[in-house]
Amino acid sequence: MNLFADTWHMAQRHIRALIRQPWWIAVTLVQPIIWLVLFGGLFTSMEDTPGWPAGVTFHEFIIPGVIVMTAFFSAGWGGMGMIEDINRGIIDRFLVSPAIRSSIITGALLANFLTIAIQSLIVLGLGAIMGASYPGGPLGMLILIVISGIVGFGFGAFSYGLALIIRKEESLIAMMQFLLLPLTFLAAAFIPLTLAPDWIANVAKFNPVNWAIEAGRSALIDSSPDWNLILTRTGLLLVFGALMAAFATRAFRSYQRTV
Amino acid sequence: MTEVAIEVKDLSKKYGEGVQALDGISFEVETGTVFGLLGPNGAGKSTTVKILTTLSHPTSGTASIMGYDVLEHAAEVRRTIGVVAQSSTADREATARENLRLQGQLYRMKGRELEKRIDSLLDSFKLSGDGDRIVRGFSGGMERRLTVAMALVHNPRVLFLDEPTTGLDPEVRSEMWEEISALAADEGTTILLTTHYLEEADMLARNLAIVDQGRIVAEGTPDGLKKELKGDAIQVGLGETREQTEIETALREVNGVSEVILNERTLHARAEDGARSVPSILAALDSAGITADTVTVARPSLDDVYLKYAGRTMEQAEKKQTEEVAA
Repeated sequence: MNLFADTWHMAQRHIRALIRQPWWIAVTLVQPIIWLVLFGGLFTSMEDTPGWPAGVTFHEFIIPGVIVMTAFFSAGWGGMGMIEDINRGIIDRFLVSPAIRSSIITGALLANFLTIAIQSLIVLGLGAIMGASYPGGPLGMLILIVISGIVGFGFGAFSYGLALIIRKEESLIAMMQFLLLPLTFLAAAFIPLTLAPDWIANVAKFNPVNWAIEAGRSALIDSSPDWNLILTRTGLLLVFGALMAAFATRAFRSYQRTV
Repeated sequence: MTEVAIEVKDLSKKYGEGVQALDGISFEVETGTVFGLLGPNGAGKSTTVKILTTLSHPTSGTASIMGYDVLEHAAEVRRTIGVVAQSSTADREATARENLRLQGQLYRMKGRELEKRIDSLLDSFKLSGDGDRIVRGFSGGMERRLTVAMALVHNPRVLFLDEPTTGLDPEVRSEMWEEISALAADEGTTILLTTHYLEEADMLARNLAIVDQGRIVAEGTPDGLKKELKGDAIQVGLGETREQTEIETALREVNGVSEVILNERTLHARAEDGARSVPSILAALDSAGITADTVTVARPSLDDVYLKYAGRTMEQAEKKQTEEVAA
């Protein structure tokens, strides 16, 4: 019970800090618009390419990609806040209190998940305004949001783990820059993998971002979703999330040893 | 019999790459008193506090707070203690009230009881008008007061203050001193404070230990420690660099002068009657061909106690530390 209470109290702190930043809100709202309008405008002719999934507009196709991308990008930068909290002694303040230690991470992950859910709803709404239709209905949307949440959990935990180990903002920025965009392009975020070179399609099989995009897309825009795909990918994502959580926990212990 | 609030036995801490931060520290703090750990930066004060507050594990030795072992009963220790870190650990994006509320919630306080406690803390730390302001806009002194208030939200029986007044201007510092004294006197809180300000330890602590290079080199009451130094402290600034042996030879024949230590170009000595000894010291130096530029005579201070036990001034110890870190 204490874990839930502490997680919620820690999450409140992060959410409060975010919603008090007008610039953060502005960019968060504008970013998906830019993705949709920019990529939508640039690549609409893709719809005419042979091999493009029948009856799917380019917008409909990239919406799950944009949602998953937004989720794992924002989660991937989570470690920056952790480094600031370490440097300011805030983490140590929590560690000398009776608070459940894992709530420092679970609280941040919960705040992350809530942000991701809201951002996803914004993209979905925006897509609908731009004419996209979602045959998967509310259930499909819910599945997509949950899947984005799991991806966010995994990358968030990874980012916190890295932050606890390297503890330098510059290094963390470099590492995340190195990872985030390639992971997006080694996935079916903007075009179906059937249109991508074989090697990319092969690498994508091992990319958690791609698992999330393919499963979320099937749930959202397929009139008869591929449940086999959705369940196996969700399972894989849960394994990925658990591994990253284990990594973050170990990183946390190694941090405590150096205090 | 007085109760022991903090008991430390043979505490050692070695960090990964062979840095011996603590080298067998032992001391006891009586319940309801202020205990000072005095020493330069890097002496091992912060490491001691980290172990006592369960943040860090000792390499060997034991420590307990109100009878709870810091390793075996860490959870009880955490409920018992409050910690004020060296720099402000308040969340700058939150208001003072929100900071206090989260802190209280982590100590399992809630509802009306918590809000009442927050109001009374804001009031006693002169922040009642600023409770709903974001901490980012606070002055250094206000943020410091908030940090102390946060550490007290759950009425801890033992409070750790790590360099409580470092970086504060003199006026805020003396306010902080008053608050610390009042806490110990009125609430019966046991306080362990670390400081490298001699006057701070002198003013606040009933007992103190002087720490140097991971060891306690002297322990006692501030007055007792000063009394051990018989007589006045004499400092002579020399015109040029000399060897310790030269100075000792020169002053061997001067009556009533002891503990001659040469520190760079300053000669420290102790004399039962300082003012009377100065002329003979100067004469002796002069006949040895040593020029004296300045002379001061002072009542013994804790700085002299440190010099006596550590063989160098606090200032030098810190300079050396900085150089080592830079190298």
